[in-house]
Amino acid sequence: MVNKIWGFFIIIGVVVCLLTGKVDVLNNEILECTKSSLDMIVKIFPVMALWLGIMNIATESGLLHKLSNLLSPLLQKLFPEIPKGHESLSLIASNISANMFGLGNAATPFGLKAMKSLQSLNDKKDTASRSMITFLVLNTSGVTIIPTTIISLRLMYGSTKPTEVVFACILATVISTIGGLIVDRILARRR
Amino acid sequence: MIERISSLIIPLLVLIVVGYGIFKKINVYDVFVDGATESFDMVLTMFPCLLGMIFGINIFLKSDVLNYVFTFLKPLFSRLNVPIEIFPMMILRPISGSSSLAILNNLFAHYGPDSFIGRLASVIQGSTDTTFYILTLYFGSIGIKKIRYSLWAGLAADVIGIVSAVVIVNLFFGA
Repeated sequence: MVNKIWGFFIIIGVVVCLLTGKVDVLNNEILECTKSSLDMIVKIFPVMALWLGIMNIATESGLLHKLSNLLSPLLQKLFPEIPKGHESLSLIASNISANMFGLGNAATPFGLKAMKSLQSLNDKKDTASRSMITFLVLNTSGVTIIPTTIISLRLMYGSTKPTEVVFACILATVISTIGGLIVDRILARRR
Repeated sequence: MIERISSLIIPLLVLIVVGYGIFKKINVYDVFVDGATESFDMVLTMFPCLLGMIFGINIFLKSDVLNYVFTFLKPLFSRLNVPIEIFPMMILRPISGSSSLAILNNLFAHYGPDSFIGRLASVIQGSTDTTFYILTLYFGSIGIKKIRYSLWAGLAADVIGIVSAVVIVNLFFGA
């Protein structure tokens, strides 16, 4: 999918540039993109390093674990098929808590473990269970409460109010999560 | 008021995390350095994706093809108060996290984070996640072949997220 879109972007871009006589612009851009991508990675790198470091403290000190304990009762309602006290619930909670801080990369290992644990409850091993799909929807709708990466990047690019988007982000996330869960329930009932 | 609170979010987060670490007698500095070290691997895997995406997207944008091909989309977009420049991000957000992060950087560099485009891009990035990536990674890791309705449910969440981002940014920061 990414491959097709990427190829499409380049083919269309080059052909249109050639047809409209923008060869110089194109040449310039092809050389320039290496510099701009290096600039970007230089901007992103320290931001990621900082938050990975902070998050590591939160993981090691058990703060993330505490937060996931708070979430467990709510999750029990969203995942009625999971037996009470099953380890997959706490793994899902850890994944969601890490996502809340806008740190998708810290969340992934918990997510993979949670899926494995959900698989142990699954009857048909090659087919996605309802709980798995609900968990997936929670992840794809994004449950970010503090978009740390975005705030830091805004600051890097000279925003005067880097945190002004936080409430808009939270509101949009809540709507997309609730909406996603409703669609999930409707589709689950249908089939 | 909201601004006051939101500008406190990051400092408070740092205070709570580090404070709790000290309270729990963790070697906070060592643990921080360990965590930050992981960023090297991440940057190394990210850079090629970033370069590729900037390459593709910038050639595409420089050709001004958006102006030709999406002439018919433009009135619709502007009626909805969505700058056409956001279009590539909307398409790629569910597909690849590093590409949409690259686009976000690109939009910040071109239009500035405090522009309408910059704000909208921030909220879209913050309120959705990469459905295709998560689906492939999570289901791939446990050998699920029949994904049933999960793609549709995941994409629905993305569409709802992007639409609500547009509505909310217009309400909050209306151009």
